[in-house]
Amino acid sequence: MANGTAHDTMAEPSFYEPKGFMSWLLTTDHKRIGIMYLVTISFFFLVGGVFALLMRYELLTPEADFLSPHTYNVFFTMHGSLMVFFFIVPGVAASLGNFLIPLMIGARDVAFPKLNLGSYWVYLAGTAILFGALLQPADTGWTYYTPYSVQSQTDVVLITLGVFVLGFSSILTGMNFIVTIHKLRCPGMTWSRLPLFIWASYATAILQLLATPVVGITLLLLIAERTLGIGFFDPAKGGDPILFQNFFWFYSHPAVYIMVIPAFGIISEIIPVFAKKPIFGYKAIAYSSFAIAIISFFVWLHHMFVSGISETAAAIFSFLTMLVAIPTAIKVFNWTATMYRGSISLESPMLYALSFLFLFTIGGLTGVYLGALAVDVHLHDTYFVVAHMHYVMIGGTVFGFFGAIHFWYSKWFGRMFNELVAKIAWFFFFVGFNVTFFPQFFMGVQGMPRRYATYPAEFQTYHEISTYGSWILAVGVVIMFVNLIAGLFSKEKAPVNQYGSLSLEFTVPSPPPHENFKDIPTVTDWTYGYGKK
Amino acid sequence: MSTHTQTHGHDEHHEIGPKTLIMVWLALTVLTVVTIYIALYDFGRALNIIGAMTIASIKASIVAYYFMHLKFEDKLTWVYALYPMFLLFLLIATTIMETFTRNPALY
Ligand SMILES: [Cu+2]
Repeated sequence: MANGTAHDTMAEPSFYEPKGFMSWLLTTDHKRIGIMYLVTISFFFLVGGVFALLMRYELLTPEADFLSPHTYNVFFTMHGSLMVFFFIVPGVAASLGNFLIPLMIGARDVAFPKLNLGSYWVYLAGTAILFGALLQPADTGWTYYTPYSVQSQTDVVLITLGVFVLGFSSILTGMNFIVTIHKLRCPGMTWSRLPLFIWASYATAILQLLATPVVGITLLLLIAERTLGIGFFDPAKGGDPILFQNFFWFYSHPAVYIMVIPAFGIISEIIPVFAKKPIFGYKAIAYSSFAIAIISFFVWLHHMFVSGISETAAAIFSFLTMLVAIPTAIKVFNWTATMYRGSISLESPMLYALSFLFLFTIGGLTGVYLGALAVDVHLHDTYFVVAHMHYVMIGGTVFGFFGAIHFWYSKWFGRMFNELVAKIAWFFFFVGFNVTFFPQFFMGVQGMPRRYATYPAEFQTYHEISTYGSWILAVGVVIMFVNLIAGLFSKEKAPVNQYGSLSLEFTVPSPPPHENFKDIPTVTDWTYGYGKK
Repeated sequence: MSTHTQTHGHDEHHEIGPKTLIMVWLALTVLTVVTIYIALYDFGRALNIIGAMTIASIKASIVAYYFMHLKFEDKLTWVYALYPMFLLFLLIATTIMETFTRNPALY
C-alpha cells in the first residue's frame, strides 16, 4: 500500500498552499484547523503548567509563605480548569483528530469543513470568556461544586460560561467526526480495515456528542442558581446540593474517556510500527473502545461515595465501576502481546508509547482502589486521588499525545526534529513525572488531603521530593517544545514515511498537499500487515 | 449499512404534504391547550408533573418524527436519536433512585 510518491516531496512548494494570515483564520482545511488547535491548546498547557509549578513551589514548606491560601485556591482552580477544559478535553481529539481522520480514511477533508472551522471559533470564543473570568478568578476548584460555587465571592459565572461555550465546540467536532467516518471512507476502507485510531476517535466522538450537553445544562443551572437564586441545589429552597454532583459527574466521568480514548488510538498506531508486527487482537481493541464509551456512562457515582449518597447506590456503582477495568485491561494486554517477539526499535514515539503502557497501568489500577467502596472512604480527597488522576491524565493522555506529536510530526510539518534531543526531553519528562507524582501515593495513603496550601510538617519530605520532580518535569517539557519548534526551521525535508508505517497518511507527501489525495485511493488490505516482507 | 444509506439516504424527495403539516400543527396546538388546561387543576403534584411531561414528550416526538424528518431516516440515525433518550432515562432514574434510598438517619 505504501507506494512510491517520494518524488512529490521535492515539488511541495508551500504549507498546505493558500497563503496569508486570513487564509489561516478562514481555512476549512482540516490540517490547518488541527494546527490552530494544536497551537492554542499548547498555550493553555503551558499556562496551566505554570500554575502547577507555582503551587508546587508553595508546597515546598508546610506554611503558606509564597502564596496566600486564597491565591492557592485560585491557582488550583485555574490549573484544573485550564488543563481539563481548555487543554486535554479538546486537545488530542481536536488537534490530532482533525489532522489524522481524513488522511487515515482516504478523504480530502472532514464531512462539514465550515462547521469544523466554526467549532474552532467557538472554542476561541470560550477562551476569550475565560480571559474575562481571570479578572476575578474563581476559587472553587475545577468541579465547581455547590453549595460553595453558589456562595463564593469570586467570578464563578464567567468561567463556567466559558466552559459552557467550549462544550459546543466539543459537540460539533464530535458530530463532524462521526459523519466523516461513516460517509467519507475511501473505497475498500471497510470497518474491519479501519486504523484503530479511527475506531478510538469514533468512540470519543460519541462521548463528545452525548455527554457534553449534560455538563452544559449543569453549568447553566449553576449560573441560574447564582444569578437568579432559583434553588436547584439549595436544600433551603427544596433543592439538593448532591444533584449538582450527580449531573456534573454524569458528564465528567465519560469526559475522562474523551481525554484518554484518543490516546488509546495513538498507542495502537505507534506500537505495531516500532515492534514491526501486526497489531494483536485488532477486533478486541476496536470493540473495547466502544465498550468503554458505553460503560463509562454507568459509573459516575463513584466520585460521590463520601458525599452522603445512599449506600445502595454506592454499592451498585462500585460494582459497575469495576466493569470499566475489563475493556481497559483488554487493550493493555493486546498492546503488550503485539510487542511479543517483535523487533522493537526505541525511537522517541515508541519511548512515549512504552511509558504510556507503564504509567497508564499504574493510573488505571489505582483507579480500581478508588472504585472499591471501603478503600475510597479512606483515600477520597487525598493526594492518592491527585496521583491517580495525574497518572491517567499525564501518564496516559499526555504521554500518548506527545508520542503522537513526535510520530506524525514529519507528516504534519514536512520537517524533522532532532531525535537525540527528543530522547533527552522524554527522559527528563518521564523521570520528572514519576518523581513528582509517585510520592503523592504515599502521602495520600497517610492522609494528606488535597487542595490545601499548608500541611503538617511530617509530610514535608514527600512534598519536597514532589516539588523537585516538578522542576525535572518542566525541564523535559521545555526541551521538548524547543526541540519541536526548532525542527520547524530545519533545512532538511522529512521523507514521506519516516518510520515505515503502512497507514494511508504515510502515502501522501510530507506535508500533504491542500486536499490530501490527488486521486482518492483504493485500499485492499488492513493497515497492520507488518513484518511479512 | 453505509453503502445502503448512500444510495438513497440524502435524496431530497421525501416531502411531507401540506395535509400532514397542518395535522401536525393542529396536534401541537391542541396539546399546548391541553397542557395549559390541566395546569389549572390540582391533581396532586406528582400527577401534574407526570401529565405535563408526558404531553411535552409526545409533542417533542411529533416534531422529531415529522419536522426533523426522523420518519425518513435510516436505522443509524434512529440509534443516535434514541440512545440519548436512554441516557436521559438513566440519569433521571438513577438520581431518583439514589435520593430515595438514602439513609434517613443521616438527614
Ligand atoms: Cu470517574
